[in-house]
Amino acid sequence: MTTTVTATPATKAPKGPAQASERATAENKLGLKLVAPAVILMLIVTAWPMLQALYLSLFRYRLTTPDERDFVGFGNYVTALSDPLFWQDLWNTVLIMVVSVGVELVIGFAFAMVMHRIIFARGVIRTSILIPYGIITVVSAFAWQFAFSLNNGFVNSWFSWLPGIDENMNWFGSHWPAMFAIIVSEIWKTTPFMALLLLAGLSQVSEDMLEAAKVDGATWWQRLWKVILPNMRAAIMVAVLFRALDAFRIFDNIYVMTKGAQGTESSSFLTYRQVIEQFQLGMGSALSVLLFLSVLILAFGIVKLFKVDLAQARGEG
Amino acid sequence: MNRKTGVGTWIGFIAILVWCLLPVVWILSLSFKPVAETTVGSAQFLPKSWTLQNYQDIISNPDFTRALLNSFGISLIATLLAVIFATFAAYAIARLDFKGKRLVLSIALAIAMFPVVALVGPLFDLWRTIGLFNTWPGLIIPYMSFTLPLAIWTLSAFFREIPWEMEQAAQVDGATSWQAFRKVIVPLAAPGVFTAAILTFFFAWNEFVLAISLTSSTASRTVPAQLSFFVGPDPFNPPYSQLATASVVVTVPVIILVLLFQRKIVAGLTSGAVKG
Repeated sequence: MTTTVTATPATKAPKGPAQASERATAENKLGLKLVAPAVILMLIVTAWPMLQALYLSLFRYRLTTPDERDFVGFGNYVTALSDPLFWQDLWNTVLIMVVSVGVELVIGFAFAMVMHRIIFARGVIRTSILIPYGIITVVSAFAWQFAFSLNNGFVNSWFSWLPGIDENMNWFGSHWPAMFAIIVSEIWKTTPFMALLLLAGLSQVSEDMLEAAKVDGATWWQRLWKVILPNMRAAIMVAVLFRALDAFRIFDNIYVMTKGAQGTESSSFLTYRQVIEQFQLGMGSALSVLLFLSVLILAFGIVKLFKVDLAQARGEG
Repeated sequence: MNRKTGVGTWIGFIAILVWCLLPVVWILSLSFKPVAETTVGSAQFLPKSWTLQNYQDIISNPDFTRALLNSFGISLIATLLAVIFATFAAYAIARLDFKGKRLVLSIALAIAMFPVVALVGPLFDLWRTIGLFNTWPGLIIPYMSFTLPLAIWTLSAFFREIPWEMEQAAQVDGATSWQAFRKVIVPLAAPGVFTAAILTFFFAWNEFVLAISLTSSTASRTVPAQLSFFVGPDPFNPPYSQLATASVVVTVPVIILVLLFQRKIVAGLTSGAVKG
């Protein structure tokens, strides 16, 4: 902080000999006061229920029989971790996350390149790309569910020339096609977000450097891999981190498109089903804690593995 | 720099438009198909015969209009409150020196990544106990908590760019502190606040997990939740064209916001994460 006199803390600073430190104390106090409401609000809805979940996860507790609440220790965790369904759902979640983030990275980068280079109709393209971003996920899920529908969809008739697809293909009748449809909806909806983050990174790559590489005889491919991508590393990593954690929570698309049928359930969906549909608060809480831990491990892993520095990416470094 | 628009860019331009708009055109087309046509099965893209009947049905469906009202009310109130709290916090983060600044930003980041489903159980239990289950505040409170991180990050990035010295300059020129704030700082900060508000609104408008878990009737059920419950008389044959119509109706506000404020939304989305 520079020594500019700020109006608000100055008026609040009480009289005293040590002016500078008094002012610092006042500023400190005001800062805490201003952030307190937001922090309290954020913690009330997350930290408190999470502690509650930790506690409830140690009981066999079903809302249909609330009086029969038994302490079972880590019993719920043992049950969950030894059930193949838990691992199947975790595998689905990771698969959806990896495939969608990977595909989005490639398509999003292509989109960002186009948006970066285009010199006409920038408003049109920006508007169109924000529509999938802004659209309700449930609506996206419905649109794609209908598109893939056996009786009412256009996918079967448009793509019947592809091997394996014919007029009577039932996309939601078996595991892999259903997963494919879910991933398509996920990718469609979130690629714009990826593209915009990558575009911001792309605009930070210096044109002079690219020009210099060109003069030195670097091919397009070399410029892409040696100049552009290394220079937008921070932007790519932030985009991957945000999207991976977001994709890991996938729920809406699955709920609308398959309701978890054909083994397409995700970890989030499993947790939801235990709590809301089966009223298994104990087991559901254990799954909540496991889900929370998975997200923590995932976030930690990505940050460590790719050395994402959020502060640096934001220019705070 | 002189850049030509190459063939590749043209192809890319068309590809982006098709990618973004095809599913939207698809539900739009579906919404004009008569119910009888989709019940039998209508695999072609455009309707065989066009009708506006679905729109009339949807608009006169009390469950849907009620859900629309809930969605607007809950999203707008949550947005307003979240942006007010976020403005205080972001001002402090951008402007003041205080202990725990990094901690606040870390908490915000952690909450932005929080698996919402993990909270559904305990919140469901808590809300039933204190009577917030199936009420507007029951959704507004968690929506505020989950949009605050995004709003704080976006706003603090915006506030850092404001030339705050201008406030003193105005005061030196004889303005009172209130005038300096009102005439100098507010106009500079308003675009950022506005952008944060749009992003917050999108989140609340879109939210689904809490909307289906913490509501049980049309008293507080929002549109995404209502849509997922809207199966019609035959659960094995959902009313495709009516669902598509409802989808179109709830997408209209999104499209209006995007058309009006595309530049601001892009700035807000990227400033929160990557700053130039």
